[in-house]
Amino acid sequence: MEKTDYNYDIVKSFVHWSILWGVVAVLVGVLISFQLVWPQLNLPPLLTYGRLRPLHTNAGVFGWGIGSFMALFFYIVQRLCRRPLWSAGLARFQLWFFNATIIGAAVTLLLGFNTSKEYHELEWPLDIMVVVLWVIFAVNIVMTIVKRREEHLYISLWYMLATLVGVAILYVVNAAEIPVSLFKSYSAYAGTNDANVQWWFGHNAVAMVLTTPPLAIFYYFLPKSTGVPIYSHRMSIIAFWSLLFMYLWTGAHHLLWTPVPDWVQTLAMVFSLMLIAPSWGSVFNGYLSMGGQWHQMRENYLVKFLILGITFYGLQTLQGPSQAVRSFSAFIHYTEWVPGHVHMGTMGWVSMVLFAGVYYITPKLYGREIYSIPLANLHFWLVLIGQLIYSVSMWIAGLQQASMWHSINPDGSLTYTFVETLAQLYPYWTIRAVSGIIYLAGVLVFIYNLMMTARSPQGALPAAAQNV
Amino acid sequence: MWEKKPILLLVLAALAIMVGTTITMILPFKWVNGEADRINSVKPYNALQLAGRDVYIREGCNNCHSQTVRPLVADVLRYGDYSKSGEFVYDQPHLWGSRRTGPDLARIGGKYPDSWHVQHMKQPTVMIPQSNMPAYAFLKDNTIDPAYTEHKMKVLGFPTTAAEIKALTGKTELDALVAYLQKLGSDIPWRQQAKAVVVGQLQNPLAGDPGAIKEGEKLFDGNCHSCHDLKMKGNDNDDVGPPLTNMATFADADLFTLIHDGTESGMPSFASLGANKIWKIVNFLKSHKEDDDAGHDK
Repeated sequence: MEKTDYNYDIVKSFVHWSILWGVVAVLVGVLISFQLVWPQLNLPPLLTYGRLRPLHTNAGVFGWGIGSFMALFFYIVQRLCRRPLWSAGLARFQLWFFNATIIGAAVTLLLGFNTSKEYHELEWPLDIMVVVLWVIFAVNIVMTIVKRREEHLYISLWYMLATLVGVAILYVVNAAEIPVSLFKSYSAYAGTNDANVQWWFGHNAVAMVLTTPPLAIFYYFLPKSTGVPIYSHRMSIIAFWSLLFMYLWTGAHHLLWTPVPDWVQTLAMVFSLMLIAPSWGSVFNGYLSMGGQWHQMRENYLVKFLILGITFYGLQTLQGPSQAVRSFSAFIHYTEWVPGHVHMGTMGWVSMVLFAGVYYITPKLYGREIYSIPLANLHFWLVLIGQLIYSVSMWIAGLQQASMWHSINPDGSLTYTFVETLAQLYPYWTIRAVSGIIYLAGVLVFIYNLMMTARSPQGALPAAAQNV
Repeated sequence: MWEKKPILLLVLAALAIMVGTTITMILPFKWVNGEADRINSVKPYNALQLAGRDVYIREGCNNCHSQTVRPLVADVLRYGDYSKSGEFVYDQPHLWGSRRTGPDLARIGGKYPDSWHVQHMKQPTVMIPQSNMPAYAFLKDNTIDPAYTEHKMKVLGFPTTAAEIKALTGKTELDALVAYLQKLGSDIPWRQQAKAVVVGQLQNPLAGDPGAIKEGEKLFDGNCHSCHDLKMKGNDNDDVGPPLTNMATFADADLFTLIHDGTESGMPSFASLGANKIWKIVNFLKSHKEDDDAGHDK
């Protein structure tokens, strides 16, 4: 077989930086979870919950999430197209521009420059940087695919292309704003329209950032790790197109019972339920690909991360639609249940799959075996336990909070004042903060393992194995 | 065939995405914020309120406070009339939020006097001992920039006058934030409409019940004590509500009505507590003599 000169340096750099931002995201997450327990930990004006929470979500979704998608996309696209990246220079520029954008985001968010829109807090100059960054990234990926040396496009490439176009449309439309000064703008939309556009963006950012990229990564690394192909090509085609078609109708399930028109809410509810089908299409495709291979759950730590990841995706895509039903939303919306749900997706599904991807490519990037499989297993258990404690404690907290909010006396008055319901949450918030520390410990084990792999002098893979 | 043509795949993916987008996101613009949504009494923000709204955005208050009351029994009982689309037509951006770590603020306007908000912003636990809200005392040290605020008003097309802008001189961010909070949800006369009218002779059903007095004391601590002391020698917050001495001289029914309806001078209505709890507070206040303050006001 002809040897291809893959560009792995850029993949390495993106892995390093995305992990750094991941640690920032988890650290800030731990800090703000303690701030809810001990408000004295708020140090105004810069370090208050209100300014740090957007930093937590942006560092997590854009720094760690998008950063490692860039790393793994650059890896996968080269392998699946059997050619080096279209432009190494552009990719290098993208790395620095990515870091400049994330640093700019962190600084401006702490200074209080934000649009107020969840997952789109960055002010207009940073919006422009994000758009430039995305165009650079998209051009490089698309051109690499166009000039590929392999006729077929593997499933992962479909999801990548969908991600590129989806994020572009969502981000630009929701970024429409009127600048008033260098770091202040007003939304171009007002009131109910603004809310509907924002949650069309907000929910589909979950689709195009936290679903399609990890699926691209899952579909590539599961067969690579197990050595057996994906169970059904046809099922992945159906799941792919129906997911893309259905997701965009569902944003208003974040706005049930608000002044958004009822028919928009109803469509969102119905399509959210229908989304179970394509989501579980991918889940089952993953499970069925394990036919005869389940023993690898014991033997192969990569498979553990991937299968737990897709399992959390399956749970997430059942729980999500249930929350989109009006009656259940009336109960749990605005409560702590929701962060429990979101973190099962981010800490469970997305991060588990990313950990697997990074573990898989690290030996290839450095030409040596992973430093320690026991440490990788320790990492696995720490993040799994941390995530489960997080989500379960928040679900229980949310149910209690919701029950108390809705509790009514026989005379028709409310049973509890707001502050009485808040006081009940402190124990759960403490448990959640501890779960964050456990998760953080897992991430630190991960980093240690990677560093030792990079530094380890011995155990170099035979050159032939590097290009498999 | 699309499996071999990346550009075609991109185009098809964009089309698939645009169907739901067009129907559920673009199409509603045809009706939302139109004539059917209009509420004539809803006015744009004035300069001070707009400056306050921008402080609210800068501090990320929307990360913990929502601003939409849902048409659900418990929401309406707790916060007030459910939110209408027409109330938000001047909100660029909207601030509906997605969590209620703190209470919904869509109807906070007019609930408390300004002095309550000032004390609460400086140190939330003074007003609500179990609160986990950060303290925003620093807002009182920052002043509003009148020229910049005037520019913002023009960008949004809100009417303003030179006199209004001039009046901003020396106003602090805390003043602005309180002005914003006091406008929230009060453009429609929902408080007047929601006011429950107490009919018939009010009889104290718990008169002379020692258990009611004890429970009333707990309720007083949770709901009233942050604004009201029980003796003349007050503390930090004694400019919010007057000290409650000599309550024994009030008639039961008058005290009940006062707590139930609130007052013109700024005390909120506590109707949401329900009659039973209000009577317990009445019984506690009536039983209270100034010399048994030892338990309070340390």
